[in-house]
Amino acid sequence: MKKYLGTKILVYILTFVFAVTLDWLIPRFMPGNPILVLVSRFSGLPESARVMYSYLTKAFGLDQPLWSQYVNFWIALFKGDLGISIYLYPRPVLEVLKMAIPYSLGLMIPSILLSWIVGNNLGAIAARRKRLDSIMLPIMYFITGAPYLWLGMLLAYFLGVVWDIFPIAGAYSFSLRPHLSWLFVGDFLKHWILPFLSLFIVQIGGWAIGMRNMVIYELENNYVRYLETLGVKRKLIRKYAFRNAILPQVTGLALQLGTVIAGQVTTEVVFSYPGIGYILTQGILNQDYFLIQGCFLFIIIGVLIANFTVDLVYMALDPRIRFSYGGEV
Amino acid sequence: MLEVEGLKLYYKTLKGHVKAVDDVSFDVNDGELLGLAGESGCGKSTLGNGLILLKPPMNYFGGMVQLDHTQLPIDDFERMNDFRFSKLSIIPQYAMDALNPTRKIGVYIREVLQSRGIDPESIMDKLLERLKFVNLPERVLKMYPIELSGGMKQRMVMVMSTLLNPSLLIADEVTSALDVSSQKAVCLMIKGFKDAGIVKSLIFITHDISVLYQIADRIMIMYAGKVAEIGKTQQIASNPVHPYTKMLMFSLPEVGIRYAHGILSGIPGQPPQLLNPPTGCLFKERCPLRGKECDEEPPVVNVEEGHIAYCWKVTQNA
Amino acid sequence: MSEIMFFAFRNAKLRMGLIIVLFFLLLGIFGPMISKYQDPLDYVGQGYQPPSKEHWLGTTTFGQDVFTQLVYGIRSSFFVGLVGGGIATIIGLVIGFLAGYEGGWLDELLMMLTNILLVIPTLALLIIVAAYLPYRGVFIQSIIIGLTAWPWTARAVRSQTLSLRTREFVNLARISGRSHMKIILYEVLPNMMSYVFMVFILQFGGAILAAVGLDFIGLGPSRGISIGLMLQNAVLWNAIQLGMWWWAIPPGLVITLVVGALYFMNVGLDEVFNPRLREM
Repeated sequence: MKKYLGTKILVYILTFVFAVTLDWLIPRFMPGNPILVLVSRFSGLPESARVMYSYLTKAFGLDQPLWSQYVNFWIALFKGDLGISIYLYPRPVLEVLKMAIPYSLGLMIPSILLSWIVGNNLGAIAARRKRLDSIMLPIMYFITGAPYLWLGMLLAYFLGVVWDIFPIAGAYSFSLRPHLSWLFVGDFLKHWILPFLSLFIVQIGGWAIGMRNMVIYELENNYVRYLETLGVKRKLIRKYAFRNAILPQVTGLALQLGTVIAGQVTTEVVFSYPGIGYILTQGILNQDYFLIQGCFLFIIIGVLIANFTVDLVYMALDPRIRFSYGGEV
Repeated sequence: MLEVEGLKLYYKTLKGHVKAVDDVSFDVNDGELLGLAGESGCGKSTLGNGLILLKPPMNYFGGMVQLDHTQLPIDDFERMNDFRFSKLSIIPQYAMDALNPTRKIGVYIREVLQSRGIDPESIMDKLLERLKFVNLPERVLKMYPIELSGGMKQRMVMVMSTLLNPSLLIADEVTSALDVSSQKAVCLMIKGFKDAGIVKSLIFITHDISVLYQIADRIMIMYAGKVAEIGKTQQIASNPVHPYTKMLMFSLPEVGIRYAHGILSGIPGQPPQLLNPPTGCLFKERCPLRGKECDEEPPVVNVEEGHIAYCWKVTQNA
Repeated sequence: MSEIMFFAFRNAKLRMGLIIVLFFLLLGIFGPMISKYQDPLDYVGQGYQPPSKEHWLGTTTFGQDVFTQLVYGIRSSFFVGLVGGGIATIIGLVIGFLAGYEGGWLDELLMMLTNILLVIPTLALLIIVAAYLPYRGVFIQSIIIGLTAWPWTARAVRSQTLSLRTREFVNLARISGRSHMKIILYEVLPNMMSYVFMVFILQFGGAILAAVGLDFIGLGPSRGISIGLMLQNAVLWNAIQLGMWWWAIPPGLVITLVVGALYFMNVGLDEVFNPRLREM
């Protein structure tokens, strides 16, 4: 058990180092002088271009040797200094991201958890009803094939424009300021529901397919065969198969995270929902490289935390992990 | 006691039926251990499994099975549930992963019993006694299968399968996954279930005929889905009459070799395809005594009291 | 082989998936020829036009022909799928084979790298690479996608190789002194062909989706057209709010159908190659 956790933590630390290094490396090793490229793209006002040039030279520290640039990058990181946003000048990147993160998590966590629960149950039902299965399976495959952003557009078009039930942009109405009241919470939820639905629906497909396949696989397992020779009721077999099939689905939570994040980013753009993904896209469209770097780091940290949580949950659920890595009993 | 008459179990495939068990008749008396031997693919495992758990792609194509003079509805999955576990049980070949890996063994047993409508408390004493019988400590009940060694898991399955004192116990290749030193112990342990009166009859399926000499009362040899020879252990050991039995015995491998093709290194040729097998005797292609008559279905020959063979070349009292 | 072909034709899932994919592939290849307009970016008519005889899928805000854009977009999607999915498959295969077959420290090293890359979301990786590239074409984009999408394939191929490595025919080849490369090429790979093909299909679909996402957030090709760019423009110019469904909906529908059909084909193939899953 300790070894299992140890290996995982090592991978996560290495991943973090790798990601930070990449974050540092790429602007420096791309063809051409990164500052010139950056400044030339920031061609709006000559005045700010000059400010940017001096700021960037200092920030990148290109006059120093590479290793000290690298060390400084890490030091700045631990001080929470992610640079200053160009697009939202002069706000620090960290502050911008702090504002955005609750919106992203507020969409992401409910959509992941609810789709996981609903999808797994649908999949388990499909695994034992052949007729339902043959109808549901194709639908689920096309749902997982749908780009999140397109499903968002579809929902926005039908529920937002044609039937005009929900607003399709922002996290709350322009006339309101964030505060705790029924009015605001209601307004917030109305804005939240469509982006939530587009994330929720696409994810259901994957979970349902995964669960269906896992249950079918479990039902072919030897322990099920043995239970059959003992003449137990179908109910017990189903219960066991479901419980064992759900375990890989927990690991799947971590594996799915990457695509969910991609979906999240684009969905936020479709609905102009002010989360990390929306900020990231604004950063890209405005060539705000510090903002992009900051978003990248935030996403990595979030993913690492999520992965670690999944590992802990999985360990609590599956005795095989607890004992097989623990060596002797 | 078990009586099997003309049992046919075929696998349905696209190309036709694979006749894994074809017109097999035999019986096992009370207090008797029948050894069932043959190469892999001869249908012995299909026969053993088909008696208790017949499901696709395995299909029932005829024949009758009686256990203690009651007919077993082996082709009715649901109705068979009344007999499984309580009247007949199997120690499967895959005994080492037959337990639910994510349930503590004690909980597992409790849930299985409850699912069969049996109060687990009423059987607790028996369970503990049986654990002692197979040399397992009581604390295994609080463990997960992964914490047990392969041999311990197998013994746990033995306890499980015999918990309700079934009339018939089928042991399917129980020695094949074990090292030589534990093979004998397990064989004797299984024989012990019968000797202690826990089960009445036993079918012991193995590819290793030498194991049977020590524990079996009678031996049945199968070849290509059919019975080749049945006799008391003594008769088979000292007077094998079917050419296949003879060759099987002379090609006896060193103890512990597991793979069928290893065993049969002494017999030239391969067993026939069981998909649309040739007519007549199925061993003829490999038989040194082959004659014209072998193209016809071989007759049953009563060699001596309780000793029969299906072969043209065997004569009474040969 | 003939048996596999028999099942392949009998398998409804495979048939359905193949028909949809082929339909759009042909549309991507021949579509630009049947469309009335040559350049997808040309302003060929009035803006805001719903579908008509003149413009089969209407026009954009600026009067570009949506159908022409769509067929060119499909073409580039298939290109990205082929190149990006192909590269990802090849890298995943090589790394997976090496790790699984050679074992030892090389295995540890490659798997550590794979596990690290598995944790980092592909899109985040793509963004950080693509954001700094001064020029981006469809080809470059495909390569970047291919370079970032291989880890799960490598891991899957490794475990397949591990199980194959212990089989007898590989052992035999090894005892007879054939080189590792030859064993991988002649003994291991042929036994995994069906699996490799299925991996490629999944990578193909994945690359298409990744490209749509990248294009949509502004990291698409700097010139030309793609499905993701169409969707980006549709959102940027409020096609949804303005009710221009013909601009906002069809591009994503095509992607959904193609990727869904690819996944579906994959299930079908799995049933064809894996007899246990065949429906009797």
